[in-house]
Amino acid sequence: MGRYIARRLLIAIPTLVGASILIFAMVYALPGDPIRALAGDRPISPAVVQVLTDRFHLDDPLFVQYWEYLKGLLSGDLGTDFRGRPVLDTIERTLPVTIRLTIVAVIFEAVIGLIAGVLAGIRRNGYFDNLVLVSTTVIVSIPILVLAFLAQLLFGLKLGWFPIAGTRDGWYSYVLPGLVLASGSLAYVARLTRTSIAENMRADYVRTAKAKGLPPSRVILRHTLRNSLIPVVTFIGADIGALLGGAIVTETVFNLPGIGRELFDSIKAQEGAVVVGIVTLMVFFFIFFNLIVDVLYAVLDPRIRYD
Amino acid sequence: MTRSEIISSTEPAPTGAALLEVDDLYVEFRQRSGTVHAVNGVSYSLAPGQTLAILGESGSGKSVSAQAIMGILDTPPAVITGGIRFEGRDMLAMQPEDQRKIRGPGISMIFQDALSALNPVYSVGWQIGEMFRVHQGASRKEAKQRAIELMDRVRIPAAARRVNDYPHQFSGGMRQRVMIAMAIALDPRILIADEPTTALDVTVQAQVMDLLKDLQQETGMGLILITHDLGVVNEVADDVAVMYAGRIVERGTVDDVFTRPAHPYTEGLMKSVPQVEAKGGRLQPIVGQPPNLAAIPSGCPFHPRCAHRRLGAAAAPGRECATDDPPLRLVAPGREAACHYSEEVLGV
Repeated sequence: MGRYIARRLLIAIPTLVGASILIFAMVYALPGDPIRALAGDRPISPAVVQVLTDRFHLDDPLFVQYWEYLKGLLSGDLGTDFRGRPVLDTIERTLPVTIRLTIVAVIFEAVIGLIAGVLAGIRRNGYFDNLVLVSTTVIVSIPILVLAFLAQLLFGLKLGWFPIAGTRDGWYSYVLPGLVLASGSLAYVARLTRTSIAENMRADYVRTAKAKGLPPSRVILRHTLRNSLIPVVTFIGADIGALLGGAIVTETVFNLPGIGRELFDSIKAQEGAVVVGIVTLMVFFFIFFNLIVDVLYAVLDPRIRYD
Repeated sequence: MTRSEIISSTEPAPTGAALLEVDDLYVEFRQRSGTVHAVNGVSYSLAPGQTLAILGESGSGKSVSAQAIMGILDTPPAVITGGIRFEGRDMLAMQPEDQRKIRGPGISMIFQDALSALNPVYSVGWQIGEMFRVHQGASRKEAKQRAIELMDRVRIPAAARRVNDYPHQFSGGMRQRVMIAMAIALDPRILIADEPTTALDVTVQAQVMDLLKDLQQETGMGLILITHDLGVVNEVADDVAVMYAGRIVERGTVDDVFTRPAHPYTEGLMKSVPQVEAKGGRLQPIVGQPPNLAAIPSGCPFHPRCAHRRLGAAAAPGRECATDDPPLRLVAPGREAACHYSEEVLGV
């Protein structure tokens, strides 16, 4: 197992390098002049343009620029944006917001999704099952933008239960955006769990568990749920990686200064260093959580061995 | 203890009482496409130490009737009527919780394919030990210790070392032994073995059947052996009940039934077995298809495939095979068959 993890982490290095080259090239290929964009409508002297262009190697070929970036990266320097702020500071400022949002979203996703899925799966075609099927279909069909505003209107303004913007109320400010962000995945987890449970309920070993005289709760929790969790864990794990990439819509609507919103702003401003830094970090998260999922597989199912 | 309990506990048990009495058992599955009549009026009883083989082809209702006795059919979709009495207690009238407590210490069951019947994600020791932990409140450590003892008892080599292994790490025969260990953990009064050797190769089959036989002699439990394998029945069973279309069509001791079948279906089964002496000859299959349990033929369910059937004017009054359903009746001492013309089949 240890060797497997080490090998997977080593494979992650070329993946990260490749991803960063791709992102670098894409930002490079963006039309327009970032220095001009920085200046906006104000006049800017040719000398300043020259200095900035030199400092950020903007006139150099792609691979020279990338090499300069990589050199900095190896010494722990992610570079600076055009205003001179270190990219690392930007990430340190925005990432905690996104991490909190992700934690809240994943808790909603896992807890509500799993419970709904289990209850629906053990009584297929029952009342609760139909409720879950209809409600998940509705949730998945509504765009997150609409859900976000609806949630703000209903729970924030009409009922006044939750703050609707900013992060002033600590963890409490993340409840509503977390729920909105989790909604789609939550519906998916519920459906995945339902199908998986319903399928495993018919398994021979569940019949054996009943024949052993085990109480119904034990038949479901010990002998059905654990075997049903494998696809669900895969989904949630991959989803954590995706959620950590930030949610542009949710972070914008709820005015959360997270990494998704930062990325969106940086793309608009052609802040190459920031975009590459953030996206590479996202790729890392994605690889890392997929590795965690693979390790969890072996824990959940002893038939899977990696050595 | 209340007064009534004192009275009932001092009441002498009826002498020679059967361990299990199945009385006119019906199991139906109501589906949108129609009702499937899986078991249609099956009755039998089992005494301590007795081995009863229930013989039948796929879809004859033999497994479903066993699962109805175990109480592990989901109701609905299954609808169970009739009587199932374990040590005199009516299992169908019981609360589900009381019925559950009989499963394990009272009646226990082993299944055909141990690889799929054992949970792949728990070690065999954990799964065997679960019986002690759930039914007797044993600690993890104690349960594991007793699991090792049981694995020894079913002759799994190096039990102490293998107790933490998972089902997929065992061979087919060893896995079936694990199933058996789990089933006999609480010294059940009755063991139902549903096709216990079908998934195994022949030499391993014999070992597993020997093991079951030995365990039965040690504990005196009643054994219900569900199988389609005539060889297995011949080797281990005392009595045999032949099932067709969800009912028992013939019953008697194994020797009697095998040497002189009283029902045309049993006769057909015997003829379809490859014979060592008759080398080179063609096998004689039973013609036609097993009945569709959603549309069982009228009269005798076997009549469309029967070589002895008498239809229309050829039949004796009240014994027309396509209209008159033959009851299970005594055809010879200790022999019962559900055929209007058993005497003819027997050749008496």
